[in-house]
Parts: sequence; structure tokens; C-alpha cells
Amino acid sequence: MTRILEARPLTPVTKFFRLDAPLIAASAQPGQFVMLRAREGGERIPITIADYDRETGTVVIVVQEVGATTRRVCALEAGEEILDVAGPLGSPIELPAGGHLCGVGGGFGTASLLCLMRERRASGGRTTAIVGARTKDLLILLDDLASLCDAVEVCTDDGSAGFRGFVTQRLAQLIAGDGPGRPDHVVAIGPMAMMRAVAETTRGHRVKTLVSMDPLMVDGTGMCGGCRVMVAGKPRFACVDGPCFDAHDVDFDVAMRRNKAYVRQEHAALERLACASGRD
Amino acid sequence: MPVKRPEKTTMPTREAGERAHTFAEVNEGYSVAHASFEAERCLRCQDPVCVSACPVQIPIPDFIHAVAAGDMAGAARILRSANPLPAICGRVCPQELQCEGSCSMGGRWKPVAIGHLERFVADWERSQPITTRPAITRSERIAVIGAGPSGLVCAGELARHGYGVTVYEALHAPGGVLRYGIPEFRLPKAVLDWEIAMLESAGVEFQCNIIIGRTITLDDLIAKHGFAAVFIGTGAGLPQFLGIPGENLNGVYSANEFLTRINLMRAYDPEADTPVHVGRRVAVIGSGNTAMDAVRTSLRMGAEEAMIVYRRSEKEMSARVEEYQHAKEEGIDFHWLTSPLEILDDGDGWVSGLRCQRMELGAPDASGRARPVPIPGSEFVLAVDNVILAIGTTPNPLLTRTTSGLAVTEHGCLLADERTGLTSKPLVFAGGDAVTGAATVILAAGAGKRAARAIVEALATRTLVTRLPS
Ligand SMILES: Cc1cc2nc3c(=O)[nH]c(=O)nc-3n(C[C@H](O)[C@H](O)[C@H](O)COP(=O)(O)OP(=O)(O)OC[C@H]3O[C@@H](n4cnc5c(N)ncnc54)[C@H](O)[C@@H]3O)c2cc1C
Ligand SMILES: Cc1cc2nc3c(=O)[nH]c(=O)nc-3n(C[C@H](O)[C@H](O)[C@H](O)COP(=O)(O)OP(=O)(O)OC[C@H]3O[C@@H](n4cnc5c(N)ncnc54)[C@H](O)[C@@H]3O)c2cc1C
Ligand code: FES
Repeated sequence: MTRILEARPLTPVTKFFRLDAPLIAASAQPGQFVMLRAREGGERIPITIADYDRETGTVVIVVQEVGATTRRVCALEAGEEILDVAGPLGSPIELPAGGHLCGVGGGFGTASLLCLMRERRASGGRTTAIVGARTKDLLILLDDLASLCDAVEVCTDDGSAGFRGFVTQRLAQLIAGDGPGRPDHVVAIGPMAMMRAVAETTRGHRVKTLVSMDPLMVDGTGMCGGCRVMVAGKPRFACVDGPCFDAHDVDFDVAMRRNKAYVRQEHAALERLACASGRD
Repeated sequence: MPVKRPEKTTMPTREAGERAHTFAEVNEGYSVAHASFEAERCLRCQDPVCVSACPVQIPIPDFIHAVAAGDMAGAARILRSANPLPAICGRVCPQELQCEGSCSMGGRWKPVAIGHLERFVADWERSQPITTRPAITRSERIAVIGAGPSGLVCAGELARHGYGVTVYEALHAPGGVLRYGIPEFRLPKAVLDWEIAMLESAGVEFQCNIIIGRTITLDDLIAKHGFAAVFIGTGAGLPQFLGIPGENLNGVYSANEFLTRINLMRAYDPEADTPVHVGRRVAVIGSGNTAMDAVRTSLRMGAEEAMIVYRRSEKEMSARVEEYQHAKEEGIDFHWLTSPLEILDDGDGWVSGLRCQRMELGAPDASGRARPVPIPGSEFVLAVDNVILAIGTTPNPLLTRTTSGLAVTEHGCLLADERTGLTSKPLVFAGGDAVTGAATVILAAGAGKRAARAIVEALATRTLVTRLPS
């Protein structure tokens, strides 16, 4: 059982949680995730460690409601407990020292930039975050990022805040030398379609780009092989070899198709949950 | 005097047509009458070969003699003195290759049903109240990594010697393959739960959801958490793939994923959230216990046809004979001498078939078994909706990747002294599949026991009795 110390909605579909998890906080590093279960009989789902504080023994996660398990988690409040939280899992992000890191975040992926940017800045590198959303109200954690990065570039599809357009358009401008300037490394965390677009944007510009893949997972320890992602033509297990891989080597077609394997069953699970809780 | 009867006393089983659709245990167990009747058959050999053929040397004639005399408590004591997991081993050991395979009665007559008797005695024991509660008498605590059979047995032995033991398990429930791999119809979870409750009552502490190497490093277990020694029983859970086209289609599973979704995550239960996809026709590639479990589970999950596809012949099959027999009775199809070439796409990213090639057996290969050779022009397609790969596993590299100085073989297995389990790191011992590669429950249990003895000795004498041969 892991106690929730703080819980607050960031948007109508994403919620911020600070967990009392001293063992995880003590060893977590940017790029890693936890596996959690909300209830007996529930799924094990992977959630990125957005931030951690070794002093207070706390870990931050940001959960976006998409299906039954994430809804169950998002219904929890401070003082309540999550049944199982195991981690940190996955390999930490490895980047060459120094240089200009551009973190591109979309949706809940924005949260995952927090600890990455903090660590990067502490080690002396320059940091820029490019974060995007459909509209201004869906942007999350801007103040936190502003305090951690040298620059924050905001993009909205409708132009309600910052740059009007996609994060990839703004990224292309940076690569061309605009604003905070050309990045040496890019780390993109967000929806698969966004990460694929980032891969296409940096391809051919000799900008080392990592993406954080989010395949379906069962155990998160390298035992089931369900999380395999094709990277440079070879199957790699995202839970132990990743979840971050070189964006230019990832086969996104296969990855996107595999993530849709259970769409039908997931809808059924949501309906069961809705009936049980009288929602919707 | 032994009673001469050529046949084994038959194990009552659920009827094949009925059981193929439920997860209830296939074997129903001997009654007291069955057990005594079978126990009478044992010849009580002077020099019992069955004992030396047992990986943990259970005094087989002695326990069988106790059964024949109606002394079940005595039989249970004898059994447990050599094998801490008798209810499990009685169900899953490949007896035909071990004790029963060397029974003096074998050959012309059927061997004594040692496995069935072992299971009977252990089940009898389980129906009795737990009486012994050893207490923690020593100040040193020992950490066990992984709650599979090797870890459970090592923990139990150390507790018997008065040590406090903490077992760290990465998943949310202990048991290893016994929980996530072997299905309910062969090994009811209640049997495993009882063994774990026994360990808990003996003072063993279980900490689930902790991944050693990630949550806590191995070195920190000793340096920061104060453990006097560590046993590694992390198994060989990393599944292998064939590398043929179509392996990433939806509907292709490793046997571990398929069985974990069902056994650990209860995908058969409509109330549970974890989904699994089982189509009308399922092909399982491989011929070991894992393959048999996957194919029989497919039937129970509603497949209309379930089949084994294996590139060698029935003779080279590595599954327990009983499971093969049960699978045949349940209506599983077997495609021997058949090698998969490609998994076909239905145009929508899902499996629609398996393109195969027929094989014939040629000269023996490096493994000593006849090498399968493709027959030109023999390609054909099996129409299937799922392909499950059960072609083997290797040790998971997570712990070795995150621990410095832990020596491994070229196959990724931990290097450990055969007699003691000592690894290349002082006070760190290992055993089970993590050392041998995928093997058996009894070998894992035996390794856990040997390592426990070595740990007790090392701590008592304050020396490491053996060093890893360099
Ligand atoms: C390494 C990793 C890190 C992740 N980090 C976070 C995080 O920090 N915050 C967060 O909210 N989510 C994160 N996810 C995604 C999260 O695990 C899924 O949203 C979750 O498993 C969905 O579970 P569910 O039962 O609520 O929905 P389900 O009922 O399982 O799924 C509902 C819908 O979501 C889709 N879906 C399922 N799994 C995923 C997935 N892994 N990625 C994208 N879509 C999926 C399904 O296809 C379906 O359409 C991460 C995933 C991975 C692999
Ligand atoms: C489907 C299937 C059927 C089988 N059928 C039979 C049979 O009929 N008869 C037979 O004798 N054998 C059978 N086997 C083989 C047998 O189950 C194994 O040989 C045996 O379980 C090995 O035991 P172990 O203790 O070495 O490891 P495992 O049982 O693999 O347990 C290892 C445990 O360690 C945990 N772990 C791993 N890494 C870490 C870490 N870093 N930190 C914490 N925990 C960790 C794992 O989660 C797991 O719970 C079967 C295997 C499978 C897969
Ligand atoms: S989630 Fe099972 S191997 Fe990665």
C-alpha cells in the first residue's frame, strides 16, 4: 500500500499525485517508471516517475484518465492509498554531458520532463522545454517547468497561449537557430503520434533524439515480452531496455498498432466501471 | 511383504471432456485407500535406486513404508525432511525421468506411483493444523531475492535454523513460476498459498513490489539494510522469440505473457481488468511443460482448436509425460516435425495464419538430438488466430546489469559454486533457474536448500567455506 500525500487535478483528465514512497524516491532517475495496481483484480499499469525528492521520500506521478485503471487512480484523493506501486523500473535516460537539451512534452508527458530538466540543469547543461496542448487550459505544470528550465516554449493548436501550432513546428524553428537556439539533444515524451512527428522533425539534422515508448506492459521486469518495440529492426523490451530509445530507430507503425490490441476489451472494462460507479 | 501387482493404482482424474473447459485441478488425488493400496507395491529395495535418482534424495521407500503402515504424520515428516515443497513437487516433477524412471519394478511392470504418493502425503499434511512454529533465535538477517521455489526453500531452511529472513519479490505476489506460469488445473494456487503461509508462520517476511537492482541495489542490502548474506533466486523469465516475420502482429504472445495474464492477472475472470485475446484456433510453438500449459489453457479460455507445432518429433518432446497424455485426452492436436516460417497478417495487423514447413530428422546435432532438416516444397499454412511462443527463456539480466562484480556465463546465467551456490561476490549466493537456465522446480528447490546450508555454515564459522573456481 502506498499512501497519497497530495492529489490535485491539473486538467479535467489529468491529476497530480505526490506519493509517500521513500524506497522508490531514493533510487529513481529521470526516464524511469513505476507499475501500479489500483485494486485487487486490477491491471498492472506503467506510469512515469515525473519527479522525486530523496529528502522527503516522495515521488510525483501525473496520471491521465484513459481507461478503467487510470480512472480508478484519478478518483483517489490525498490520504487514500494505492494498492501496489513497484519501481523504479526501466533504464534511466542517458545523454552525453553538457550541451543544450530540448525536452518536448505533450499531455501527461510534460510531467515527465520535471526531474529530467532538474537533473540536467544540476549537471550543467542548458535546458529548454517545449510543451504543447490543444488549448491553453490543457497545459500543465508550466510554473514548475519555468523554475527548472532555462527557457519554456509554449505551443497551443488554437493559439490561446504561446506559439500557435504544433510542438514540432516550434522545434523546427529552434533547430533552425530561432529563440533559445539549436538543441544538441532532444527528448520527447508524449502521445505516440507526437513522438513520431518529433522523430521526423529532427531526422536529417543530426540531433540526437530519444523518445519514451509506452507499449502495453504486464510485469515491467522483462518477463513477458509483451512490451517489445522494434528498434533498428530488432525486438527490444521497453520495460528493461527502455522505455527511452533512439527516435530515429523506432518502428512507430508497429508500436502504434500493438497499442490498439485491446481496444474492444478496454471499452467493455470502462462500461463495467461506469455501471459500478454510476458515472457517465 | 510387498504385494505383487503390475499396474499402478490409477489417479482419479476429472473427465477429459469436462475438464478441458474449467480450471479445476485435473488430478483429483488418491484417497487413503488408494494410497495404502499403491504403497503396498513398493519392493523396499536394499539399495533403492529411486532415491539416488531423486534430485533431493527423498528417502522414498521409508515414506512409502509409513504410508503402508497408516502413519501419515510420519510419512509427512520423512518427506519434508528432504523436500520442503512436496505438495508442489508431487504435482509437477517429471517423475518418469527421476524416481519412477529408475524404480526397480520398471521395465516389465509399471513403477510405483511415487509422485502420486508424495502428493497424497503432502495433501494430507495440508489438511492438518499447522503445529510447529520455529522462532527467530539469531541476530543476523538474510535477504532472499525472488519468491520462486529456490527462494522459498532457501528462506524456509534458513528460518528453520533460526535466522530472520526477508524475501523480496518484484511482482505483487510470491511464488515465481508457480504463481504466474503453472496453471491452476495443474497446481492450485491454494497449495502455494499454504506453503507461503507456513513460511510466514515460521517468521519469514515477504516484501512484494520490490525489484532488487532497481528499488534497492544488491550491494545496499548488505551495506545499508544490514543483511548478513543474500540468496539470489531470480529465475529465468526472459522469453525468447523466433525472429520470424509477423512476430509483432497482434495475437502473438510469449507463453509467459499469455500465462501471466491468465494466472497472475486472472484474465479468465470477467471481474478482473487485465484482458487477453484467445481466438478460435490457437497454435503453440514448442513442446515443453510451458507449451503444454499454454495450449491447454487456450482450450480452457474458449479456443475451439488448440495445437502444438514442434520442429522435432514426439520422441524429443520435453514435457512431463502425464501432461502430454492429459493434453491428448483433452483433444489437443500435435503437429510434429513442423517448423514455423512466418506468421501471417489478416490485413488489419492481427494474426490470420502460420506458414510452416515439414521437417525430417537427420544426424544428431550439438545437443545430441536428431537435427530437424526441412523437406523442400513441403510448405503449408495453418489457419490460426493466435500464435503463442513457448520456445524457452533465459535469465533476466536486470539484476546482473545493475550489480557490479556479479559474474555471469556467456548465456547470462549467474556463475555459482555447484555445492554451495556462492557467487563471485562474498556472502552472495544463488541458485535455481538463474544459475542453471530454465530447469525444474525440484532442482531449484535443491539449490535453495544447498545454499541455505552453505549460508548457515559461512555465518557460523565466519568464513566462506568455498570460493568460486576462477
Ligand atoms: C513506460 C510508460 C510510462 C507511462 N507513463 C504514464 C504517465 O506518466 N501518466 C499516464 O497517465 N500514463 C502513462 N502511461 C500510459 C498508461 O500506462 C496507460 O494510459 C494505462 O496503462 C491505461 O490503462 P487503463 O486501464 O486506464 O486504460 P486501458 O483500458 O488499458 O486503455 C484505454 C485506452 O488507452 C490506450 N492505451 C493503453 N495503454 C496505453 C499506453 N501504454 N499508452 C498509450 N495508450 C494506451 C488503449 O489502447 C485504449 O485505447 C505510460 C505508459 C508506459 C508504457
Ligand atoms: C509455464 C511453465 C511450466 C512449468 N512446468 C514445470 C513442471 O511441470 N515441472 C517442473 O519441475 N518445472 C516446471 N517449470 C519450470 C519451473 O517452474 C522453474 O524451473 C522454477 O520455477 C525455477 O524456480 P526459481 O526459484 O529459480 O525461479 P522462478 O520460479 O522463476 O522465480 C523467480 C522469482 O524471482 C522474481 N524476481 C526476478 N528478478 C527479481 C528482482 N530483481 N528482484 C526481486 N524479485 C525478482 C520473479 O518475479 C519471480 O517471482 C515450468 C515453467 C514454466 C514457465
Ligand atoms: S512488460 Fe513484460 S517484458 Fe516488459
